Amino acid sequence: MTTSSTDPGSMDAQTSGNGAKPGPMLAADGTPLKRSLNRALRRQKLRALMLIAPLLIFVLITFIAPIADMLFRSVRNEIVQETLPMTVEALKSWDEETTELPDEKVFEAAYYDMFLAAEQKLHTRLGTRLNYELTGISSLFRKTGRAVDRFDTDKYVDDFAALDPSWKDPATWAAMFANEDIAKALPQTAHLWQRWTDFLQTKNEDPAKEDVEPFLFTSLYSELMAGADVSGLSPRLEQAAGAVKTFTPVSIEQQFIDADKDWGNHEVWATIKTYSPAYTPGYFLNAVDAQLTADGVSARPENEQIYGILFKRTIFMSITITLSCIMLGYPVAWLLANLPMRTANILMILVLLPFWTSLLVRTSAWKVMLQQQGVINDVLVWLGIISDSGRLIMINNQFGTIVAMTHILLPFMILPLYSVMQTIPPTYLRAAKSLGATNWVAFWRVYFPQSVPGIGAGSILVFILAIGYYITPEIVGGTTGTFISNRIAYHISSSLNWGLAAALGSILLAAVLILYYAYDRIVGIDNVKLG
Amino acid sequence: MKLTKALLAATAVAIAGTAYAASHSDMANEMTLVSWGGAYQNSQQKAYVEPYLAEHPDVSVTWDESSAEAVAKLRAMNEAGNITWDLVDVVASDAIRLCDEGLAMEVDFDEVLAPGDDGSTPTDDFGEMLVSDCYIPQIVYSTTVGYRTDMVGDTPPTDICAIFDTETYPGKRSLEKRPINNMEWALLCDGVPKAEIYDVLETEEGQQRALDKLATIKDDVIWWSSGADTPQLLADGEVVMGSTYNGRLFSVIEEQDQPVAMLWDAQVFDLDGWIIPTGLPEDRLARVLDFVKFATDTQRLADQAKYISYGPARKSSAPLVGKHAELGIEMGPHMPTDPANAKNTFIYNYEFWADYRDDIDAKFQAWLAQ
Repeated sequence: MTTSSTDPGSMDAQTSGNGAKPGPMLAADGTPLKRSLNRALRRQKLRALMLIAPLLIFVLITFIAPIADMLFRSVRNEIVQETLPMTVEALKSWDEETTELPDEKVFEAAYYDMFLAAEQKLHTRLGTRLNYELTGISSLFRKTGRAVDRFDTDKYVDDFAALDPSWKDPATWAAMFANEDIAKALPQTAHLWQRWTDFLQTKNEDPAKEDVEPFLFTSLYSELMAGADVSGLSPRLEQAAGAVKTFTPVSIEQQFIDADKDWGNHEVWATIKTYSPAYTPGYFLNAVDAQLTADGVSARPENEQIYGILFKRTIFMSITITLSCIMLGYPVAWLLANLPMRTANILMILVLLPFWTSLLVRTSAWKVMLQQQGVINDVLVWLGIISDSGRLIMINNQFGTIVAMTHILLPFMILPLYSVMQTIPPTYLRAAKSLGATNWVAFWRVYFPQSVPGIGAGSILVFILAIGYYITPEIVGGTTGTFISNRIAYHISSSLNWGLAAALGSILLAAVLILYYAYDRIVGIDNVKLG
Repeated sequence: MKLTKALLAATAVAIAGTAYAASHSDMANEMTLVSWGGAYQNSQQKAYVEPYLAEHPDVSVTWDESSAEAVAKLRAMNEAGNITWDLVDVVASDAIRLCDEGLAMEVDFDEVLAPGDDGSTPTDDFGEMLVSDCYIPQIVYSTTVGYRTDMVGDTPPTDICAIFDTETYPGKRSLEKRPINNMEWALLCDGVPKAEIYDVLETEEGQQRALDKLATIKDDVIWWSSGADTPQLLADGEVVMGSTYNGRLFSVIEEQDQPVAMLWDAQVFDLDGWIIPTGLPEDRLARVLDFVKFATDTQRLADQAKYISYGPARKSSAPLVGKHAELGIEMGPHMPTDPANAKNTFIYNYEFWADYRDDIDAKFQAWLAQ
């Protein structure tokens, strides 16, 4: 049966069409009906898909992709590897558990990386990144970037030039590394020469005309000292290989420590090593008041824990705001749905009016109303309810945020409630009463259950809007009424810690999705009606 | 006489410049300037944009009021590879970060800027105001404290520590919702000598000490995040004193005639100036350099003080500061740099805060939230 329907051209289908044997039903053109229907449906689906394709692509490109990209920043950390590739490699063999500093090899690698990074002005960017993890790295990198081209390694330049003045000529170097055998014998120096010339070319400068920088000589010196086999490659190199032992070595470690004593700090190296992988859980740990150190994950010091408090507060206050919106919105929606059309329309305008007023104006108006020298306090003092010295504090705290945000979000509760209530026939209430129900029972047992989908829709709208709000809490929230979004905004626009902002945003998004899922399981999303 | 000559010379150069530009047309004719909006942007518009446009009628200027988010936006533009701004007005700490991130262009001051009217080189004329290689300062402003003259009794405060003295000056105070300035003032009033403040603030104990001092007035503080907050709170009598930018206080006192006075003690100097984004195409860069040279010369910076009470960043501009364009009052005594006002000042410690900002801010915000 299945074979015949997937293979309609077979004899089986043909014969069954003639009614000789029972078989699949055939369409007018002789193909089995199932297949024909499938084809028609597929075409319809395709047409539907094509119709929504512009919107789908638009949403994907302008909405989903940027958000995904932004959230992805919460784990991305390539900057360390990209800026200090050799250092990261050299640090692999260093054990950060010991109290010892990394060896000279690591310092040397750091010198090459730092020199190139400073030329490209990338070192300060990395300094800013690592400063999020260890205070002080920002200026450490900035200072070292300035010092790195004044290291005493220029001594090597003079030493080599004393052997043969042509060492100073960039053309010598270019010719030297054009020779593949030499490049193989001196892999590190060849690699650095490559990075250096690549960099010069991005700046449209000719490597054959720029001075050969001391870091290249340092690398050459160190490779020759390590016993690179250059015999038979070039007389100049052979001469140098024989002479390097007589050079006085320069301690790169000492150069770094002279530039800034913090390079002698074990923690700096441990931080670089801890954050060298391309992906890091560090931002997420920061977002939950923990930190990633060389010793593993640990909680932040108590006086720096803030995000836990803010997440809890955000959820708690958003729920409070949603509940206040239900309390205030329900009667209004009921009135709107049950008054005669004419009056209802006027009321409707009053509900919509705030939509046409700027958000900032509405929030600032609450400031004027609620502050200690504000309208409400003035009236209360005038009425003698409170004394002049005992004016109420109603703003720059949680209360102020809840009042202002309830006001701002109220229409999002009233409108879905209203549209649901309009569909409830008033005859149901009358029928309940005529059957002997009291007003309360008629409302609670008959009317209210039918309006629940409206409450559900309104609550979801208000809650999700509230949880991501930040302008209003910023203005009226003081210190106890601010939300997690205020910190996200701060990290996006002020501290520029986009990774942390993305991690906080991801957690917030996850929290909303979990709550949505829970809501679906408990109430059922099918029960939500917008109209 | 000298001034007229200088002006004539400047005009001649400018006209020659225009002719050159017109004949070669290698300068873009559109510029997008980024600033703060409000009175400050207006002072820039009046003092140098309008005069420049009068000389270059082909050029059009678009303002973008995004300075507050300039660093974040420039970083995003740079990642997207599409820089739409030509010249961006930022505070010094932001300029240093932009320079660090490679988002602002390094400038050779002596080559790009006009020499001072007194013949000094730009480097000498701006002097220590040149805090970053990318940053062309325009004005010096200060964060200082204003108080209600009718709410402080017969003994108006003369000392920054009045903020912490809730017995003599009961009532609310408004302070900025960030550690910068507040931590310094707290330590100063806790008895730390001014020269040692940053050494103390580097340590955990020092940071805790500053927060403990601030904790003594925590219940009396309204924390502000927008420069307009303190002026409004003072005008409404909601606070007895509060910190804000000196230009904002000037407009409360002189333009709106409120019973408010300025403390000036321990005011914190900061700078505002231009940066040029990296990666501008050549024609746009040429136009921007031409404009910046004009807009930061001695006369233009002095002119700006006619419209707002911020001090010009050039030393040579100070003697040229005149009267307010509308109120007709002498602006000299309202400058934060005026000797009478600048008896006891702080200079924003850019390097310290570049390092410690994230760390101390985390502690400060956690302290606020608890």
